[in-house]
Amino acid sequence: MSEIKNIRDQFISKLENDLSIDQINEIKTDLFGKNGLISSKFKTIGSIPETDRKKFASNLNQVKDELQNLITSKINEIEGKKINEKLEKEKVDITLPERPFVRGKVHPVSQTIDEISSIFSEIGFSVEEGPDVENEYNNFTALNTPDNHPARDMHDTFYLDENKEVLLRTHTSPVQIRTMLKDKPPFKIIAPGRTYRSDSDQTHAPMFHQVEGLHIDTNINMGHLKGCLNYFIKEFFEVEKIKMRFRPSHFPFTEPSAEVDIGYEIKDGKIIIGEGDKWLEILGCGMVHPNVLRNVKVDPSKYQGYAFGIGIDRLAMLKYGINDLRAFFDCDYRWLNHFGFDPLDVPSNYRGLSR
Amino acid sequence: MKITYDWLKDHLKISAKEDKLLEKLTDIGLEVESIENLSEGLDLFRVAKIIKTEKHPNADRLKVCDVDVGNNEIKKVVCGAVNAREGLLTVYAPPGAIIPKNKTKLVVAKIRDVTSYGMLCSESELNLSDESDGITELSSSKYAKNIGKSYFSKPSSNLIDLSITPNRPDCLGVRGIARDLSAAGFGNLKPEKDKKIKSNKKQTLKVKITKEKNQGCLSFGSCLITNVKNTESPKWLKDKLISIGQKPISAIVDITNYVMIDINRPLHAYDADKIDKGIIVRNSKSGEEFTALDNKNYKLDDGMCVISDNKGVLGLGGIIGGTRSGTELDTKNVLLESAYFDPRSIRKTAKKLNIDTDAKFRFERGIDQLSIEVGLNKAAFLIKEICGGEISKIDIQKTESYKNKVIKFEPKTFEKITGFKISTKEMINILEKLGFKLKKEKKCFKLSVPSWRPDIVQEIDIVEELVRISGYEKIKIENPIKERSKNTLNPTQKLFHFLQRAVASKGYLEAITWSFTDSKYNDHFKEDNKEIKIVNPISSELGVLRNSIFSNLLMYMSKNLDRGIKDLSIFEIGPIFYGPQPGEQNIVVCGLSAGKKSRLSWVEKERNVDVFDIKRDVIQTLVEAGYNAEKFYIDDESPNYYHPGKSGRIFLNKGKDKVATYFGEIHPNIIKTLDIKTESLVGFEIFLDNLKLPKKSLKDQKTKYSVSDFQKSERDFAFIVDKKISAQDIVSVISNIDKNLISNIKVFDVYEGDNIPENQKSVAISVTIQSLEKTLTDNDLEKTNNLIIETVENKTGAKIRS
Repeated sequence: MSEIKNIRDQFISKLENDLSIDQINEIKTDLFGKNGLISSKFKTIGSIPETDRKKFASNLNQVKDELQNLITSKINEIEGKKINEKLEKEKVDITLPERPFVRGKVHPVSQTIDEISSIFSEIGFSVEEGPDVENEYNNFTALNTPDNHPARDMHDTFYLDENKEVLLRTHTSPVQIRTMLKDKPPFKIIAPGRTYRSDSDQTHAPMFHQVEGLHIDTNINMGHLKGCLNYFIKEFFEVEKIKMRFRPSHFPFTEPSAEVDIGYEIKDGKIIIGEGDKWLEILGCGMVHPNVLRNVKVDPSKYQGYAFGIGIDRLAMLKYGINDLRAFFDCDYRWLNHFGFDPLDVPSNYRGLSR
Repeated sequence: MKITYDWLKDHLKISAKEDKLLEKLTDIGLEVESIENLSEGLDLFRVAKIIKTEKHPNADRLKVCDVDVGNNEIKKVVCGAVNAREGLLTVYAPPGAIIPKNKTKLVVAKIRDVTSYGMLCSESELNLSDESDGITELSSSKYAKNIGKSYFSKPSSNLIDLSITPNRPDCLGVRGIARDLSAAGFGNLKPEKDKKIKSNKKQTLKVKITKEKNQGCLSFGSCLITNVKNTESPKWLKDKLISIGQKPISAIVDITNYVMIDINRPLHAYDADKIDKGIIVRNSKSGEEFTALDNKNYKLDDGMCVISDNKGVLGLGGIIGGTRSGTELDTKNVLLESAYFDPRSIRKTAKKLNIDTDAKFRFERGIDQLSIEVGLNKAAFLIKEICGGEISKIDIQKTESYKNKVIKFEPKTFEKITGFKISTKEMINILEKLGFKLKKEKKCFKLSVPSWRPDIVQEIDIVEELVRISGYEKIKIENPIKERSKNTLNPTQKLFHFLQRAVASKGYLEAITWSFTDSKYNDHFKEDNKEIKIVNPISSELGVLRNSIFSNLLMYMSKNLDRGIKDLSIFEIGPIFYGPQPGEQNIVVCGLSAGKKSRLSWVEKERNVDVFDIKRDVIQTLVEAGYNAEKFYIDDESPNYYHPGKSGRIFLNKGKDKVATYFGEIHPNIIKTLDIKTESLVGFEIFLDNLKLPKKSLKDQKTKYSVSDFQKSERDFAFIVDKKISAQDIVSVISNIDKNLISNIKVFDVYEGDNIPENQKSVAISVTIQSLEKTLTDNDLEKTNNLIIETVENKTGAKIRS
């Protein structure tokens, strides 16, 4: 009995010393190794008289647990101390810069195109495209703008040949022609893309972007046109109310034709869309001219509908407060960084167009 | 088209305020572009009398005048006019007044040390005439009592500038605008009150329109007015022209201009005595020449419509007259022309000769064919009234008679197109006020179109008239239905958007540059493509369509580097062109990366961007877009603008596809020639049109999920191999040995130099060996190991490094 107590006392006092991990492990072996003191005692349990055996075993287990716990806590203490010492040495200046990263941006025009597509997607339009180089027929004649018609003066055209048969499209309207020639009605498309006109000054660039819209069915009238654009403008500018004005105008390929103005005001040097008493022209539209439908073999007595053309760059300028059109194409990294969008900001219906 | 409310009132009975007028004009499609108050400040100009003149002490040609400006005020004014003399009545402008001609504001100024308080004005400075020799002389009988009073009688009304669309020539006349307004219920159109010429005198100058192909003149009306005295226009006429910003010239010219603006009827006045015998309207012959009223000499081609006499060309019909037969102040006999020219012929000629005149602008849009006589009557009577003389009968020569257009119109078409209703009564009212003559038939109207509306040819044109006049605000909003029957984007368009954002997410700024470029830049990148020239570029630096996006992108990269940024990645996604025909274009994603990685980093070693950076960007983009990197095949062939040793191309599949991308360092020669200042420049091009679209949609792309939890073993090999053998070759050999057992093949070291024979290299490769079915025994592993070594050695001539 006292032997066990002796072992206990002896080792507890040993463990009170300042020990290394190795020394503790040695003690562990001395006690609990194959022939360790405690291990050996357990082997003797069988030879203890029955009457004392229970008590002996109980005592032995108690001492074993006590010593084991002490050893474990001793080891933890030393290891903990070691880690603490290490932590003390390993302190870094966490305000030093992180490893370098670079951030790309999507051009505001691309972002705007995605926003526009997202809005029109919701009301059933799909996206069509056409080539930048067009023939004279698709760009003008098929759109009811014959040669030697003053309406052609409205477009300063880049030509690729002396006969003026091949040109850079002056608007996205030829996509109407291509789409209608390719398929059968009904049509419900938008066509964003590059367009070209040969003037260049502060407010005009020789290349700019337009989005064409076309909706042809048996019963589409000017009310639908108004409704569609009203919806688009509200969604695009992310405002509840919009002041919109339809004004009679003339385009050879639509009749009746309209230009659409939106109301705005300038507050603290910033443009506020949808309020105020100033008007800003943002798009042209109208009912597709029967001559155009005839040119693409669609029967105007059965089908009718509307078309519109919107300047994308202009919309982007208004929405994002960009003053200078020319800067869109100047490729200054500071401008691209400032006005560009994070590639993860994909405009979508469920998440909203912009953050 | 410039008008004033006052002039409109000549034709329109109306009392509404001007702001209501402006609103109405825009509402009916006659857009108000701007408003200008020409009379602002004109009340400052006063009638004044020169009391005394003295020679300027410091300038021989200047005089110092004491001027009585009324209210017992005498002002000292320095004046250089020869006719400045004592007793002269003239126009005085005080400091603060703005001179109409050059818009300068007068201030008290010292002129050669003498202070001048204001200015005495010439007629030219007041925009009254071209007379700039000397100051205005006012007749003392008329103005003696007016000293100190405002010279300009009453403030003229605002100048309203309208943007008239090309389909509305009728609104290039004040009366046409008035008619439109009256149809919209804004005032009542006053009836025309012009008298008709009743004369016994014959028009003695013979007029002949030759019969020939493409004769541009369909009808030529004329009237001879003899014994006139051309003079300055009366004040009412001058005021009228001045009110819309025009300058009076002489009565005869002013009258023709007035009639043109008033009723959109261009006229031309000839000095009849300068015409040799008679007028011949004919096609020009190549080489003919004449000097026009703009003082330019024009050389004509074949087939331009000219007005000529026996001596030659007098003018271009409907475009511009010539100096030889122009009227002057001493003109005694006037031949007035009122003709109709074919719009297409006018446009063709004017375009070819690059002439733009008021008459041309009107004729090319279409003039009222029935206004020939009205115009002659109106002008001839005015000339007689102002210049005296005798009017002859009107002579009209024609090659073609005007045919009245008739259109069938069904009232229900209106609602079908516009979505709202107006009553038949209202339709009739609008159309009649616009000048249509209506005949009711069973279900429709037969409409006779007024001669001044060449734009109206079919039923839809009638709908436009009705909706325009009744007001676009009446169109009801039909809200769109949120329904989709077709995908918004097709797979190619989805790929476009995906690539755009995938590349941007790798640190590239998206640029949009012109589709055209400088041929100097383009030459470096066009390879075997033909140069596609723009016939009329805005500048020679933008003279060709780009064969590659690199041309523009490199130029802008260079500009940005010059701005002081050192490390920059930019890209553009857009068209490049390989031919001049529609459709001969491809979509390319093109990127450039310049400078260093980790420049000035405390934690990482800085290094130049290199070909493997750009390769990572490209491969990662393709993998993200859904392409399987294990199938990619890469070789070192690339266009000349890349560094020949540090560039390559990627195919999505070996042997079957078009090139998916090129990537590599930009050729040092190009960097040198274009003077691009950077440590390193790498680029890539992804050809969107060459990327085969995944056959399956994303939802079907996921294959069965199977992984192995049996023990895996990683083994490393080092092969000594000929330098020409590519890493890709060795990896491909190993991957084809047993796809079920061997995966994760990675080249982790390449070494040339000491201990390696010349022209050889050591390639270290790590592979994972793992079975899907069982734990591999040492024996199994050894077998696979040996198989790898054996196969690589056999197929590539490599030797395992012991």
